[in-house]
Amino acid sequence: MAKRERSTRRERPVKGAPTAKDFQGDVRPDWCAGCGDYGVLSSLQNAYAKLGKGNHEHLTVSGIGCSSNLPGYIQTYGMHTLHGRSLAVATGAKFANHEMNVVVTGGDGDGYGIGGNHFIHTMRKNIDLLYIVMDNQIYGLTIGQASPTSLMDMKTKSTPFGNIEAPLNPIAMAIVTGATYVARGFSGNPRQLTELMYNGMQHKGFALIDVFSPCITFNRDNTTAFFKQRVNELEDHDPSDKAAALEQAVKWGDEIPIGLFYQDTSRPALDEMEPVLENGPMAHQPLGITQEQGAAIVQRMM
Amino acid sequence: MAKYDFVMAVGGAPGQGIDSVGQVLTRICARHGLHVFTYSAYQSLIRGGHTFLTARISSEPVANQGDKLDLVIALDRNSLETHLPHVAPGGTLIYNSDDVKQTPERDDIQLASLSYQELSNNTDRKKLMLNVCMLGAAMKLVGGDLKVFEDMLTVQFLKSKGQAVVDANIDVARAGYNHAVENFTAFDAQFEKQEPVLAVADGNSAMAMGGAAAGVKFYAAYPMSPSTGVLHWMANNARDLSIMVRQCEDEISVVNMVIGAAHAGCRAMCATSGGGFALMTEAIGSAGMMEIPIVVINVQRGGPSTGLPTKTEQGDLWQILGASQGDFPKIVVAPTSIMDGFDTIPEVFNLADKFQCPAMVLSDLTLSMGFTTFEPDSINWQPEIDRGSLINGAAQSDGKYLRYEITDSGISPRAVPGTPGHVHVVATDDHDEDGTLISDEFTNPHKRRDIMEKRQRKMDGLTALLPPPTLEGPEDAEVTLIGWGSTQSVIGEAAQLLTEAGVSTNHIHFKWLYPIDEDAVNEVLEKSAHSIIVECNYTGQFARFLRGETGFKADGQIRKYDGEPFMPHHIVNGARELLSGKTDLYVPYQEIVV
Repeated sequence: MAKRERSTRRERPVKGAPTAKDFQGDVRPDWCAGCGDYGVLSSLQNAYAKLGKGNHEHLTVSGIGCSSNLPGYIQTYGMHTLHGRSLAVATGAKFANHEMNVVVTGGDGDGYGIGGNHFIHTMRKNIDLLYIVMDNQIYGLTIGQASPTSLMDMKTKSTPFGNIEAPLNPIAMAIVTGATYVARGFSGNPRQLTELMYNGMQHKGFALIDVFSPCITFNRDNTTAFFKQRVNELEDHDPSDKAAALEQAVKWGDEIPIGLFYQDTSRPALDEMEPVLENGPMAHQPLGITQEQGAAIVQRMM
Repeated sequence: MAKYDFVMAVGGAPGQGIDSVGQVLTRICARHGLHVFTYSAYQSLIRGGHTFLTARISSEPVANQGDKLDLVIALDRNSLETHLPHVAPGGTLIYNSDDVKQTPERDDIQLASLSYQELSNNTDRKKLMLNVCMLGAAMKLVGGDLKVFEDMLTVQFLKSKGQAVVDANIDVARAGYNHAVENFTAFDAQFEKQEPVLAVADGNSAMAMGGAAAGVKFYAAYPMSPSTGVLHWMANNARDLSIMVRQCEDEISVVNMVIGAAHAGCRAMCATSGGGFALMTEAIGSAGMMEIPIVVINVQRGGPSTGLPTKTEQGDLWQILGASQGDFPKIVVAPTSIMDGFDTIPEVFNLADKFQCPAMVLSDLTLSMGFTTFEPDSINWQPEIDRGSLINGAAQSDGKYLRYEITDSGISPRAVPGTPGHVHVVATDDHDEDGTLISDEFTNPHKRRDIMEKRQRKMDGLTALLPPPTLEGPEDAEVTLIGWGSTQSVIGEAAQLLTEAGVSTNHIHFKWLYPIDEDAVNEVLEKSAHSIIVECNYTGQFARFLRGETGFKADGQIRKYDGEPFMPHHIVNGARELLSGKTDLYVPYQEIVV
């Protein structure tokens, strides 16, 4: 691949309504041609544009993996953090400045494997984040090993005789663990994906969008064609019905539902329950304490 | 007035209220204007086992447990049997005769027995207030003011347990006190009130308070002894002081949340112990790479592995120094006393902010869980807050903002997310001036070298700002004791004792451990005589570090790794042994076993 000198990264000030182009980064993605992640990237740029905020009001946080390179290709504040740690970092950033729109992006290995503990607890706490998982059911950056969502019998470099471990079901897991917006998208359906992302950003609480984003190089089983034949947009489904959502979540086979499985708008996000945020973002609060506060502390120590 | 220096200890089973009686005792002394340092030898059990609290009480500031036990309160038979030999000649042991089948024997101390059943009129079968009754007797022996005692019982119990419990405690306290009036001989040296009245802090609270004063707005933790006190203080004060406090699923989450909050503009801190710190190490390197200032406290306990959860050690130095892969700027500091812990946090935050790097604070169980007295007016609640080159909120930009701009100092202005005109990406992969990765497509050895050198240049400015170690005592001493962190007081006292005994001794003590200014440190070390490094670990971690950084090799070493902190005589005896030339390594014997 030819190296190129790039211009200095520039923020294009948003005048009037932003467009997807305003959110295009200066760096060209280094993903393989045909990678599903391109569809996720463009959908996210469209969703950011639709939200109407300036570039500086968004923070895009990722971990490590092919898909986690995304913040570099987008024009918002970004953090490209350690493998599996994006949700923890994003939670800290959200609590430091809860007025920012914080979106977390990554892959299935990053989020459901090494980051599995954070995934569970961030959902449990209903942190106000949109988490987009580009789920390709394989480790791509390390050139093709089984992931937590690889199907049984799949042959990869680490399972040359076929995978004997069962995959986890992120949708069902999210519904029962405490996420309040749970959706599945497909990179081959950017119209629906943009809509899911836009609604996920506006949802107050933890939003998961698991996106089928096929790996063209290392996953020969779950290809774009595989999903095109199988995915069906959810119809006549009430996302406020948790039992119905779970029923849809466990469907897998010739027909795989995509769309919004579950949404709970009644449960407040954690930042809404934190009294210390009443005076605005922590990052803008005056530092230190007053002499009177100090004196009161010492008084209790006497 | 002659110097008052007295050690009182309380032994018993966990659940017998040793902590609360320790708090009451410490507050009584503080209310008399007397200085106290307490050390609690305890075990990792909620009930069962044995706890031994030592309170050294002095008319002058005190920060170690001393060498002798003047008065021991034995709350159970186990304590009586265990600690009978530890009482200094001329001292007193108070015990409950209800517990004892055989009268203890020692003719060089006062064996002061009371029957709690009688004194409490058999109203407290569970012996919940035995501790207070015995402390009542002890108060008489040391001349403590009974009214102050009663006031402190009110402070201790009124809010949590109500007036009835306070009254019952006061009754047994008086019964104990009156029993002592009639039956025991008081000590010659008695409490004498002095001004000012003092306040009491433990080391973990002092560091948490330092964090609040420094402007910490985000604190995260996973509970781990002996660091949990910082979390408790923060959680209790969060709403009053407007601090976001979060308990996380693990220490990996803790430090990564702290990094996220720090990047988004907060002063952010966390505390843990060695095992939790081990989980944090990868992220500490990421803070170095992304150039995000964070403060991580490691309260050391005995290692390796889960080790000794309730015992002390200075065994994490190499872990801290080697935390995370690769080279990156960092700061390591070890507070030298409980109240130095308070001052250290704002100091280290200013450095971390200025140089945009992780800072690590090395405390230990002795310092963090010890209690000390301090003058209420001595606290600087509004220390200098210097956030360095920070762009937060509304800011002007010419559209060419480079987060990692290459500068002579290595410091690049740091814009906080949310600031218009400064959009950028920070990354844990290496990157060029504008944050673009140079790890994959744009890998370029020259860019890598430039950005690596930019980051590391920050170390030059940092090194120049860190004060060299202090040297206390006569310049022309025969012996030089060298230590670091929490042992300042005990080594200082040992040096004084040696000098008084005719072995002229001085003391070099390190607080700022990394980076080391080789020339400045060697200038101090050159003044040393027969040099002895004193530390609480097996392999002489600091001695090896110091040798590596400066080429300095000490003549001898005193190392302790049995879990209990140094007492002054351990070091005095060690110095004598090492001076005799028979050995260059001395490991003190711990007499008081709990």
